[in-house]
Amino acid sequence: MIEFSDVRVRLGGREVLRGITATLRERRVGVVGANGSGKSTLARLVNGLVTPTEGAVTVLGMDTRRQAAKIRRRVGFVFTDPDAQIVMPTVAEDVAFSLRRSGLPAAEIERRVRRALAEHGLQDHADHPAHQLSGGQKQLLALCSVLVLDPDILVMDEPTTLLDLRHSRHVAEILRALPQRILVATHDLDLLAGFDRVLVVDEGRVVADDEPEQAIRHYRKLMA
Amino acid sequence: MTGAYIPGDSVLHRLPAGAKLAGLLACCTVVVLLSSPWALAGAAAVVAALYAVSGVGAAAAWAQVRPVRWFALALFAMQFLLATPAQAVATTLRVVVAVALAGLVTVTTRTSAVMACLERVLSPLRLAGVDPVRLSLLLSLAVRSVPVVSGLATRVREAQRARGVEWSVRAFGVPLVVGALRHADTLGEALAARGFDDE
Repeated sequence: MIEFSDVRVRLGGREVLRGITATLRERRVGVVGANGSGKSTLARLVNGLVTPTEGAVTVLGMDTRRQAAKIRRRVGFVFTDPDAQIVMPTVAEDVAFSLRRSGLPAAEIERRVRRALAEHGLQDHADHPAHQLSGGQKQLLALCSVLVLDPDILVMDEPTTLLDLRHSRHVAEILRALPQRILVATHDLDLLAGFDRVLVVDEGRVVADDEPEQAIRHYRKLMA
Repeated sequence: MTGAYIPGDSVLHRLPAGAKLAGLLACCTVVVLLSSPWALAGAAAVVAALYAVSGVGAAAAWAQVRPVRWFALALFAMQFLLATPAQAVATTLRVVVAVALAGLVTVTTRTSAVMACLERVLSPLRLAGVDPVRLSLLLSLAVRSVPVVSGLATRVREAQRARGVEWSVRAFGVPLVVGALRHADTLGEALAARGFDDE
């Protein structure tokens, strides 16, 4: 469960989020909003990348301000730009990097890496330089590097913004098949098909909180 | 330096990273101490043979020394004019052989293996409060940043051309530095998200 209690976030002298209160129990939650509306900040609150200036965020019963490290072990985060997330030169090494503190034997790490790459269709690229992958493949690698840790919650910040239609659909298919709780901040309304709940954020406030169809209708009106 | 590991099953690929790095250090020391052009030519032949043993191919071998070709030419010309032809050959060969050796280690060794080796070698520094994991991560990030910054520079140059600016140091440098800093910022955030500020 993710709980926002009267959360305010001030960044660089600007109030980015103003009084967010919500309890997210649903398995798939979407967050939509215009550029600069605060949806990415809201996503970052969930694994403690941003901490509230006022109020509190609790994730799986833990406070993000005091227990960020523990939360990050259970909450995976995928960024918009995979280039910023990939830290190792080759594909397999980047996935293995996620497991380096797991204490698992090297053979087990390798087995898990191979399995994760195979699940995401990257098995033929294991030893390729990560920077030579296409944008879509890089995003799959970023996703794979997070999912190999089997997080309880997956948070994604505009994961399809830099992808073409085919790769966007592929990411959507992966999300649909995941058993984890998911929170996605996105402009891609198609990605939200099958979601349980969607929050619409505007100027730092949640202005609609509903089932996807109604929330998206509200968002479209807001953007008209 | 772009992390261009080339998978393979040669003896060199199978050697532990520590042995390769120690070998590199020893070979570079020998190369620096050699002064005869003939001896250095011999060393170059040995390096070429090692590339053949690695099985990475001629193109990969050339890719390792290609970045220093103009520097090597300039060095040769300068030494030729200021010293003797023999010294020009020796100095240039010394640089090329050292770069080729380092390149050979790069193409036959995974960065993760180098990182693990560095962590072991630097582990006594823990006593002085230095974290070897962070140091080895620094190495990996440096390697990983080469293609990222290079891609950024290409995009800035293209944007300049598209706007009709043929060459301007400020128009090139400012967005490049801003982009690199922004990348560093996001990378830091990504490392935190992957739990690397918890160690």
